[in-house]
Amino acid sequence: MKFAKLLAGAAIALGLAAGGALAQDKTKVGFVYVGPVGDGGWTYEHNQGRLAVEKEFGDKVETVYVENVAEGPDAERVITQMALQGANLIFTTSFGYMDPTINVAAKFPDVKFEHATGYKRANNVSTYSARFYEGRAVQGTIAGRMTKSNVIGYIGSYPIPEVIRGINSAYIHAKKVNPDVQFKIVWAFTWFDPAKEADAAKVLIEQGADVILQHTDSTAPQAAAQAAGNVYTFGQASDMIEYAPAPRISSIIDNWAPYYIARTKAVMDGTWASVDTWDGIGAGMVGIGEITDAVPAEVKAEAEALMAKIASGEYHPFTGPLKKQDGSDFLGEGETADDGTLAGMNFYVEGIEGSIPE
Amino acid sequence: MIRLEKRPQPSRAWSMATPLVAVLATMVMGGLLFATLGKNPVEAIRTIFWEPVFGEFAFYYRPQLLVKGAPLVLIAIGLSLGFRAGIWNIGAEGQYIIGALTGAGVGLAFYPMESWIIFPLMVLAGAFGGWAWAMIPAVLKTRFGTNEILVSLMLVYVAEQFLASMSLGLLKNPEGFGFPGSRNLQQYASAHNGEIIAGSGMHWGVVAALIAVIFAYILLNRHMLGYHIRLTGEAPRAAKFAGVKPARLVLFCLGTSGALAGLAGLFEVSGPSGQVSIDFNVGYGFTAIIVAFLGRLHPVGILLAGALMALTYIGGDIAQGNLGLPSAAIQVFQGMLLFFLLAFDLLTNYRIKLGTEGAL
Repeated sequence: MKFAKLLAGAAIALGLAAGGALAQDKTKVGFVYVGPVGDGGWTYEHNQGRLAVEKEFGDKVETVYVENVAEGPDAERVITQMALQGANLIFTTSFGYMDPTINVAAKFPDVKFEHATGYKRANNVSTYSARFYEGRAVQGTIAGRMTKSNVIGYIGSYPIPEVIRGINSAYIHAKKVNPDVQFKIVWAFTWFDPAKEADAAKVLIEQGADVILQHTDSTAPQAAAQAAGNVYTFGQASDMIEYAPAPRISSIIDNWAPYYIARTKAVMDGTWASVDTWDGIGAGMVGIGEITDAVPAEVKAEAEALMAKIASGEYHPFTGPLKKQDGSDFLGEGETADDGTLAGMNFYVEGIEGSIPE
Repeated sequence: MIRLEKRPQPSRAWSMATPLVAVLATMVMGGLLFATLGKNPVEAIRTIFWEPVFGEFAFYYRPQLLVKGAPLVLIAIGLSLGFRAGIWNIGAEGQYIIGALTGAGVGLAFYPMESWIIFPLMVLAGAFGGWAWAMIPAVLKTRFGTNEILVSLMLVYVAEQFLASMSLGLLKNPEGFGFPGSRNLQQYASAHNGEIIAGSGMHWGVVAALIAVIFAYILLNRHMLGYHIRLTGEAPRAAKFAGVKPARLVLFCLGTSGALAGLAGLFEVSGPSGQVSIDFNVGYGFTAIIVAFLGRLHPVGILLAGALMALTYIGGDIAQGNLGLPSAAIQVFQGMLLFFLLAFDLLTNYRIKLGTEGAL
């Protein structure tokens, strides 16, 4: 009996050793997250992408992640740690990881890096992001139709081009369906801080906003809207379906899974190359969550028609004539914004009140 | 019946032993926590405490311990002076931010000129920035009797707003495509607080932290001012008779701790971080409070405590990556450390008695 146990133990030990040897053949993929995987928004969706990679490749991949990593030296250390531990491909999923990613990539030329939402690339560093502004156009349309007070609140995270683009896109399309609409913008200076986000939502509601858009990652604004009643919101980054049918009436869903699977496959096949990817509704990187019954059928149809036109490439959310906030010309009649202009967008379009923080 | 009896004299033995006992208790309870999460507790504890120092990649983690520990020690040394005298600077995080801003500001003002004088000027500016920010609660306290705990803490949030404003405005990188954040000082040789010996992690902030430890030790043990600080904390009335001027002590303690926090900020922004950005501060100023108490407000103790905290941060991240521990579990683990420290600290002043003798 004892002997049998001993044998079994030895077999397990051997099996483990063999497993260890096999692990060498696995492709190791690392993920660095700025928030906790349970944030219900940005990081949650990146983690869904990671799980999708595991599901797709099964035993052929090993994924690791570190969550709540502060942007700066801590990020650099965590990325280095992953590279040292043998990761073949590392996704760094926050804008502030840009310089750390570039620094580490220079030290590990054989490891591939993918940085989300940045603009610095290298031979072994790709960048990727989604055209969230396409989703914002749909949200703006619904918001413009749904508001009764004609005040739409917007919780900004940081005044970077990514966020400003979203505000402009939402405003342009809200204005199109409701010329009386007005935007109130509060800057939270955080990507994820439920307390600050809830405060921002409450301030906007007190200022008369009855529809709130957010560019922050938690569900706190949804909860604040629910408590206030008669306020509509949109899920951000993730579906946030637990707040449907109201206050959450639709959402922008970041769908990273196809990209993560494709890039992992490229590393496995040895075909990985440094690229700059910027996909939208058409490619499926930006999803629009279910538009609930709280939205009248004709508004829903209007939003879905817009979505289809954007997806097919028939319509670009930044199509002229458009002016900048200061009254100068932005786009002429029928002209569309090029990607360079969009990537560096640092101005409001005409009609938005207030100034971008400096 | 178990009851507590006040010791006539605080126990020296317990005072020394408390941190060790607290670390051991944290390991045991932390291990239990990790076990309930389905992880091998021994491996988790080993990963946190052993891996960074002796593991396979220790050549990388050991220098990182210095990088992570130096600002903690530098700030905690400053705080400990005030804490000993009962002057509570809770706003080191704010002084750290302002020091980074003034220091980086001076450096960026010279860009792109190269000169050896730039970095020393930045160091002075950083120390001055932190000092000046700490002078606000100090002067308000000495002049109007305001509470320095509240004022210094509130000023952290003011400093954070300054930081955001500077990252978006005055100090923004003109070549940064409109993104917030300053130029990267790592790419500006005259302003870069680089490693003194390549691969060692030893930057000027580490040197400054070690010097601060030595100076604090001498000050507290060999100098009249140090004696006044200790006396004020231990016996305020006696201190009065000994001719201690409380206002001067407040200005000195808050000023020194502010200057050291400012220095820590400057060394961080010009070295490991490299950039003034909205998220520049990651809580060193608050963690340093834990470090100061974990080190018994003693300079050498603080040095050890800073190293221990750095270890749990770096080991914690490794445990996340290798074992899949959630970051919240690591934070709980770190929280346990302070909790057990405070809990066992009770035994310094009290002893446990069995029985009902001298019924209460």
